Amino acid sequence: MTTQTVLAEAASVGGGEAVTFWILAPLALIGAIGMVWARNAVHSALWLVLTMLCLGVFYVLQAGPFIGMVQIIVYTGAIMMLFLFVLMLVGRDASDSLIETLRGQRTAAIVLALGFAGLVGTGLYRALDGVRAVGLDKPNGEGNVQGIARLLFTKYVFAFELTSALLITAAVGAMVLAHVERRKQDKMDQIATMKARFRPGNYPGPKPGPGVFATSTSVATPARLPDGRLTERSIPEILPARELTAEETSLKGTERK
Amino acid sequence: MSTVLAAAQDPTLADFGRDPWWLVLVKIVFAFAFGLLATLLGVWFERRVVGYMQVRPGPNQVGPFGLLQTLADGLKMAFKEDILPRTADKVVYFFAPTISVICAVTALSVVPFGPKVSIFGHWTPLQVTDVPVAVLVLLACSSMGIYGIVLGGWASGSTYPLLGGLRSSAQMISYEVAMGLSIVAVFMTAGTMSTSGIVAAQAHGSKLDVFGWNVTAPGWYAILLLPSFIIFFIATVGETNRAPFDLPEAESELVAGFMTEYSSLKFALFMLSEYVSMVTMSAVTTTLFLGGWRAPAPITTFWAGANSGWWPMLWFFAKVILLVFVFVWLRGTLPRLRYDQFMRFGWKVLLPINLVWILVLAGLRSIEDWERPQRLLATAIGAGVLLLATLLWPSKRKAPKPPLQEQVNSRPHGSFPLPPMDLQVPPSPRTKRVVAEREPANVVAGTDSREV
Repeated sequence: MTTQTVLAEAASVGGGEAVTFWILAPLALIGAIGMVWARNAVHSALWLVLTMLCLGVFYVLQAGPFIGMVQIIVYTGAIMMLFLFVLMLVGRDASDSLIETLRGQRTAAIVLALGFAGLVGTGLYRALDGVRAVGLDKPNGEGNVQGIARLLFTKYVFAFELTSALLITAAVGAMVLAHVERRKQDKMDQIATMKARFRPGNYPGPKPGPGVFATSTSVATPARLPDGRLTERSIPEILPARELTAEETSLKGTERK
Repeated sequence: MSTVLAAAQDPTLADFGRDPWWLVLVKIVFAFAFGLLATLLGVWFERRVVGYMQVRPGPNQVGPFGLLQTLADGLKMAFKEDILPRTADKVVYFFAPTISVICAVTALSVVPFGPKVSIFGHWTPLQVTDVPVAVLVLLACSSMGIYGIVLGGWASGSTYPLLGGLRSSAQMISYEVAMGLSIVAVFMTAGTMSTSGIVAAQAHGSKLDVFGWNVTAPGWYAILLLPSFIIFFIATVGETNRAPFDLPEAESELVAGFMTEYSSLKFALFMLSEYVSMVTMSAVTTTLFLGGWRAPAPITTFWAGANSGWWPMLWFFAKVILLVFVFVWLRGTLPRLRYDQFMRFGWKVLLPINLVWILVLAGLRSIEDWERPQRLLATAIGAGVLLLATLLWPSKRKAPKPPLQEQVNSRPHGSFPLPPMDLQVPPSPRTKRVVAEREPANVVAGTDSREV
């Protein structure tokens, strides 16, 4: 039995196909459940990767090697990778919080999910009841890739082109929204920076560092100017100014035991 | 040996999937052992070649020519302490190197090592398996291999590995696009995605009619599709994280990148996957562009049997070693790119060139069966459009700068004071004294005094 016939023989379920299915189908389900249950976002994404890989193999089993490989390359390799990219930037400790912000959302979600599953299940059952599978022998007659190419570039060419135009529009729109490019004349050159720095009311020197000439090393302690005054400019704005206790300001480790 | 027999040895897709289980096992073990052995010798080869390029011996103590150096290093690595960082995500940290290795080795399963040979009475192709979408399997393996690096970087729970992992994911996704596009040209010319089919398509060049002469075009896609070949090879260097594109593990910026926290066998697995993927990529380049296991052109004219039996494995390995040498050569020659330059190169140079080239190729192929005058006319129109576009392309050259004095005069009020432009620095009196006190240099005027 050659690869071609193995792939084309989807009409009757072969032994290898059944074994592969019964190994991978539980794995795919475990992946789906794990994706929902995982606390960590990256773990969730990895479970989803498992499910997608299993789906890719299922496509190959169902005499669709091209769509199976594309599933692995595009969805698992590129799209999930971008998801992971973003999740990693968010941080590794960003786990789900268990506090419910919406009252009763869990019950509602479970009820809705069961209802949806019931709808899809009955729909599928009614659609497939009494249908005899004919397999993909005829569409795959001149090769799987060639068959897909023929359909894409003849019957579905407008749908295909419209989808690509839509995707390109979305990509360009995202770039326009996210990418801010300043015009050349808006950039400040050295002379403009110099003039802005010496304009009246602006102190041209560098900001004093926090804690300079101060009694504490805390960044919350303002620096002293040469005339002894405290300068508020030396503390970051986000820090609350606080009074130090006498114990905190006293020198440490110098008193006799 | 006639060409009929040679053609009979060309495996087609129908020849796969007929082997008994033990033969399949032998082939798989062979491919796996090839990957491991290639790593063992590849590390030695790289260190020796880089050593030669840097005028030093390289490893030469353990075994003949230092051949066993990698084995010794590997054994030492296995006995090192396996450190698990406190902040690591334990499961993912453990699985990441495994994913890398599995993906790198799996890609070898669709690489054709040779034609059909007889193994214990079974007439079988020297290739683990082939599917109608074999090249896509290769792409899938390389895109899944990114997960190993990215997850290793993330699971280490430390900053440098995370940055290395992020870099590598961005880098490999970008270069995979360039890589995929250069394979498109191969698909268009070969008309198939199966690796054995692509090798078979490169067997004979097509007959061309150039001004009355019958010229046989070269069969190798490296020559027919030269731009694709160059871009593909550059992309493979980026895809395998090798110098000069080894930014995910740039030791001058990120310590060791994604594998900073790894030690012992896990580190060895990452190392293994890097070298296996280098060899795999060389094998894929050989298959797609260098005629696969077929003997190079002059050999077949002298020796018709060069493409039959077990000999093709020799040509295949010779080509792979040659490409691995190029990898090492690049590492020994080129400095590492800056990250932004690297990404710009991928997206703004490789990708547009590739797209234009595919367009040109598609045009050439669609006018292939036209009448001769119409074909020439179409080619001329295309070339003219290309020429006009090149000539009328807005140039980036800036307007010439005004002379210095004009620039000085046009400076705004309040600019930094400049010294006078005609300032002459007088020679220091001290220098004069030193020159006068020194003894004349040409006491003994030899024959080579002019060269001094």
